[in-house]
Amino acid sequence: MPEPGLEIDGISKRYGAVVALEKMTFDVRPGELFGFVGSNGAGKTTTMRIALGVLSADAGQVRYAGEPITHETRRQIGYMPEERGLYPKMKVGEQLTYLARLHGMPAAAAKASSARWTERLGVAARRDDEVQKLSLGNQQRVQLAAALVHEPRILVLDEPFSGLDPVAVDVMSDVLKEKAAEGVPVVFSSHQLDLVERLCDRIGIVRSGRMEASGTVAELRAGGSTRLLVDAPEAPENWAAGLSGVTVIGRRGAVTELELADGADDQAVLRAALATGPVREFARKLPSLTELFRSVVSEHQEAAA
Amino acid sequence: MTGSDVQMSPLSAVGLVAGREISTRVNSKAYRITTLVMVLIVVALALIFKFFNGGGSADATVGYVPAASQLAQPLTATAKSIGQTVATQQVPDEKAGQAKLQDGSIDALLVQDAKRVHVQVKKTLDAKLKNTFTVLEGQLALNQQIESLGGDPAKVRQATAEASIDELPPLEKPYDYNGQQLVLGIIAGILIYLSLMLNGQSVAQGVVEEKTSRVVELLLSTIKPWQLMAGKVLGIGTVGLIQMLAIGVAGVAAGLGFGVLTISVNAAVGTVVWLIVWYLLGFFMYSIVFAALGALVSRQEDVGGATMPALMFVIAGYVVGISILPSNPASPLAEVLSVIPVFAPTLMPMRLAMGGVPVWEAVLSVGLVVALIPALIWLAARIYRNAVMRTGAKVKLRDALSAA
Repeated sequence: MPEPGLEIDGISKRYGAVVALEKMTFDVRPGELFGFVGSNGAGKTTTMRIALGVLSADAGQVRYAGEPITHETRRQIGYMPEERGLYPKMKVGEQLTYLARLHGMPAAAAKASSARWTERLGVAARRDDEVQKLSLGNQQRVQLAAALVHEPRILVLDEPFSGLDPVAVDVMSDVLKEKAAEGVPVVFSSHQLDLVERLCDRIGIVRSGRMEASGTVAELRAGGSTRLLVDAPEAPENWAAGLSGVTVIGRRGAVTELELADGADDQAVLRAALATGPVREFARKLPSLTELFRSVVSEHQEAAA
Repeated sequence: MTGSDVQMSPLSAVGLVAGREISTRVNSKAYRITTLVMVLIVVALALIFKFFNGGGSADATVGYVPAASQLAQPLTATAKSIGQTVATQQVPDEKAGQAKLQDGSIDALLVQDAKRVHVQVKKTLDAKLKNTFTVLEGQLALNQQIESLGGDPAKVRQATAEASIDELPPLEKPYDYNGQQLVLGIIAGILIYLSLMLNGQSVAQGVVEEKTSRVVELLLSTIKPWQLMAGKVLGIGTVGLIQMLAIGVAGVAAGLGFGVLTISVNAAVGTVVWLIVWYLLGFFMYSIVFAALGALVSRQEDVGGATMPALMFVIAGYVVGISILPSNPASPLAEVLSVIPVFAPTLMPMRLAMGGVPVWEAVLSVGLVVALIPALIWLAARIYRNAVMRTGAKVKLRDALSAA
């Protein structure tokens, strides 16, 4: 049993007749980057707001280090809300110091931390400017600094990469990896699936308020069916039609894409292909996170239809 | 992990929020300029009163030619009997007297003889002075009649002076309102009204600012809604109090310094103390309501509409006070309204400054407001908590109250 980090356990929330979350469950271990993906309105933001105590859940529990989360533990979360917000007329440095102090940091430490994070995120030169005078990109950096300034033990970031330029994306990624390396559980939501795939140790896919699948990218793939790409230039159009447990997905030029049912023999496919002539390529195709995501979402649309 | 282990008491969070409000506002140009302008206005008012009341204590100065000198003494006596102070001065002749009328050093000139009142003025004869002259003329006529009947005018006057009605002590002693205290009351009313309007509104605007900029979600992820609301109200209240103190102290100091205020220092200080007590009571009562009403909307443009229902009470109290009290300080309507909590913050300080408020009324009105505040806090905290995270359209008051 790994050391418990942040656990979301069976959280449900409804607004009148609308079910926003239905027994949402996942956990983020210390030192782990957890990617939270799902369509708009799937319940990612609601989950994060409940974890932060900004919203209350109808049922379920949020735990940290095995204990139900309290107001004191919540103060140790670094949070980046989906709705970005800072005092527009307050100076960057003062604002970060103020936020650090609201999280319980003593005055001197708060000031030092504010200086350190503005430096680290490249907005040190704007410390004495009002937030409203900063460009949108720089406001985003200040917003991240606001989530980090009190040296949180947990990071919950809602869409931290949206609206960032490529350089800022790299800075953000580095900071998140660095925090995870310090042993902080990091959970963030994003629509940039390639980024999530590259960055995250584990991923959770949400749909209609439920956690549909979660695990490492490899684990998520294991759940799905196996696909094969076969490049057999001399094969006739329907060479694979008679093979048991094999579905033809499509053919592009000489390359045929096949889906194998559980237990189907890929070696039988290879033999059938070789029987048609030369085989230039025979490979398992690993689905990208985007494809996994689509299949999770579409499976249910079909089921619902 | 520096600092994360530090426990923070609920009150220190309130203190931090209040501290931010204070420093943001005190450092703002608008606040400094408003305070300075208000202090200057109060000092200027004191100077204006000094100017108008200046130039001696007499209401009017009357000159007379030597031939009319017998009228001088009866004139001052008559004026005094009808509550006027008239100074007299002799002029060498009519021409010199007219010159004095022209330059304004005398208000009227008595000419010709002492048998009748022959009066000359520059433009118009002041109504009160005319009244004095008319009474004087009546006495002269009476004296002449008494003399022609062989009587002694002095004896007759003595006899009539001794004749008096037997006045029993009144059942209720009426309060003798002092003109200066009336003015103080009006100024107190204006100050309370202005600061409730300005500071109360800025509480509502501050709440909406946090909603509009969405910073409220970040704040509420670390502190509780009541801490944010209490901190804001306390912070803005303190800032308003500093302003009120500056204006009150400057006003009373200027009044006493220029010699405009001749009421006792105790009464003047009492007025300022009551002003501050009522400012605090009124501010806390209204600002928590303003905070709750502000939380219902998401845009600055909607603040006015949202706070209007509460604002009506402030305005109504002020309008009743400023239109009734100066002419009729003992008005029963104002007396009743000033004890009702929603009107008390604007009406009571005016009445207290004017004087004549029975102790039980002063105590009752304070007590009622103090009793109402916890109920309002409970209600406002509930509305605020339920509405502050909802952005977009105006949240209905009923929804904010009923949501868990």
